[in-house]
Amino acid sequence: MRTEGVRGVVADAALVAGKDLRLERRSKVGLSQVLPFALLVILLFAFALDPDRRVLGAATPGLYWMVVLFSAVLAVQRSFGVEGEDDVLDALRLSGLSAPGIFLGKVAALMVQLLALEFVLAIAVAVFYGTEISGILLLAGVTTTATVGIAAAGGTYGGLVARIRGRDTLLPLLLLPLLAPVLISATRGTEVALGRDAGPGWPWVGLLGIFGAVYLTLGALLFRPLLEDA
Amino acid sequence: MTTTTTQAASDRRVAPTSTSSTATRVLGISSLVGLALLVIFGVFVSPPDAELGQTIRILYMHVPTVSVAYLAFLITAVGSAMYLWKRTEFWDLLAASAAEIGVVFFGLTILNGMLWGKITWGVFWRWEPRLTTTAVLLLTYLGYLAVRAIPADPRTRATRSAAIGLLAVVNIPIVHKAVDWWRGLHQERTIFGTTKPEIQGTQAFAAYLGLAVFLLLFAWLLIHRFRVAFLAERAAESGLGAAIAERRQEASESSATAVSHSEGDR
Amino acid sequence: MRPTLEPVIHLRSAVALIGRFPALAGVDLDVESGEVVLLRGPNGAGKTTLLRACAGLVPVVSGVARVLGSDLVADRSAVRRRVGLLGHATHLYDDLSVSENVDFWSRASGATSADGRAALDRLGVASRLHELPVRSLSAGQRRRVSLASVLARRPELWLLDEPHAGLDAAGRDVVDGLMAEAASVGATVLFASHELERAESVAHRTVVVAGGVIQVDDSALEHGIPENPSRSDTEVSDED
Repeated sequence: MRTEGVRGVVADAALVAGKDLRLERRSKVGLSQVLPFALLVILLFAFALDPDRRVLGAATPGLYWMVVLFSAVLAVQRSFGVEGEDDVLDALRLSGLSAPGIFLGKVAALMVQLLALEFVLAIAVAVFYGTEISGILLLAGVTTTATVGIAAAGGTYGGLVARIRGRDTLLPLLLLPLLAPVLISATRGTEVALGRDAGPGWPWVGLLGIFGAVYLTLGALLFRPLLEDA
Repeated sequence: MTTTTTQAASDRRVAPTSTSSTATRVLGISSLVGLALLVIFGVFVSPPDAELGQTIRILYMHVPTVSVAYLAFLITAVGSAMYLWKRTEFWDLLAASAAEIGVVFFGLTILNGMLWGKITWGVFWRWEPRLTTTAVLLLTYLGYLAVRAIPADPRTRATRSAAIGLLAVVNIPIVHKAVDWWRGLHQERTIFGTTKPEIQGTQAFAAYLGLAVFLLLFAWLLIHRFRVAFLAERAAESGLGAAIAERRQEASESSATAVSHSEGDR
Repeated sequence: MRPTLEPVIHLRSAVALIGRFPALAGVDLDVESGEVVLLRGPNGAGKTTLLRACAGLVPVVSGVARVLGSDLVADRSAVRRRVGLLGHATHLYDDLSVSENVDFWSRASGATSADGRAALDRLGVASRLHELPVRSLSAGQRRRVSLASVLARRPELWLLDEPHAGLDAAGRDVVDGLMAEAASVGATVLFASHELERAESVAHRTVVVAGGVIQVDDSALEHGIPENPSRSDTEVSDED
């Protein structure tokens, strides 16, 4: 029936990613809920940290990535929430789709949504916090590698909690500690890119890349048992 | 009669009344003796450090607790991988037992780190690499325990836990690297000032003794915890034969009504 | 390819657990290729679990379980692509349209979009509904869409859990036609239903499930004498 091997996995991933993105285009949950939430948090940080006091400006890279992480949790909830309804997970198991294919497809869709969100948030932060963007190349490197890692870890844990009743409270508890090194690395890399820190920025990109590669691989391997039994 | 693999397994096992055995008694007693020796050597006999003063004594506990915690999580990782491969209960229970103990030892590590901090820096917490890393990893493994606590059938629970066990262990070196670089940027020295305090003579002896004692303690705890978990599983599944008989009994009850009623109702 | 003489479904003393509850408590069942078999029984009897077990979704922990030549106890995932399961839920994405749903599920099973469209027509889902999001459909229409996904897969074994439920008379006729058609091309149908009159006219054979076991088979019912329930400990062998 379906083509086996790598072509099969890629084809499956493309099918699933297409479905997820089409779902987002129809339901617009990311656009109408996650993005406003992220912008809201940016606003709230300004209230909490008082823009006049320079703290906000100094903390911008960290705050930015915090907002990205929180939004990512919501995005993962949404991505796997639809699979958890209506016994869709059963249908996925019955279909000929390979588990790594499903995983990579969902990760790809998450990445697209997260990158779009990060882009809009960057503009928001530049406007509202008065951040001067510089070091575009390094920023792009940091953002891309960090997003791969966030999406991969999110995709794995999303699959793990898909059938758990208390998944809304459980997912952040599981995902955020795992993403701690991503937060650290992305923030430091961003600080270097924005010229606030002297140190080399690219080693952080390297570390983020390793994180992403590791969790992409591990997630793809674990997705089959998770889809089956979790 | 229907026989199931699980029922056969229950038939094979002997019903123990406690989780102790000769092995655990030996381990337990040697741990106690070892702890006593450690206190003597660590607190009284060995001299204070030239640089760190009396606070070096916390090293004799701090290094063992963190080492044992890492060993525990390594066991959890191995158990998780083996479970996903072999799908036998032994690996699942081993992984879970080790994780629980690991969390406890991480907690102890943070506590004695905070104690050292209070004495040396005057504050309970500083964002120095070791404490920070331990805090992150502690939260990670608390997540493992949280998932473990969710009611589910054994295979589901084991699969979820095994996945987390592997995802978490792989994160350990990455967290270390990130935190070390980060705090290193701020010239934040490790908890003991230098990365490896120079220790000699009785100090070295106390340090190694501490490690040995805590390893014994860990083994003792692990064996007991594993056995408790094993017995819990046996207790939970011991009713399977009865459950099957009861299930089939439903048939006679419902057949009696089925003869006289139509089955169109929902 | 499996030898043609082996039954499509072959279960002996099959036990399946939901958690620790023995939903199937020792099932013996043989279903031959081309048969349409009706599962009857009270609620909670294990009909749904039996269907899901044959689909390879529920693990069989002991006994023999072979479906389409595959050993379910050893590896229950191998058989999945070859069966089509219609469960109680409809396996549809609420926010996607009817055609997008069927398209996705068809292509996921290795069928084509054209197969999906043809299936929708066969199930009588009006074209004007195709671009509507599934959430705006009635329960019966959703059921038809779900059935279309099953049809598009062209399964060798159809496992239908109350396929008539929620459908109007026309829909039920379509379902009956599909089951007959499937059998005529050599596929096999196992379905559970409470719609006894209609179901028994379509089915070649009826099997009663109760208490997680096969209680009675068609041969005994034909004579109007249900098997003595207290003999459930012994295997009730199926004819043919």
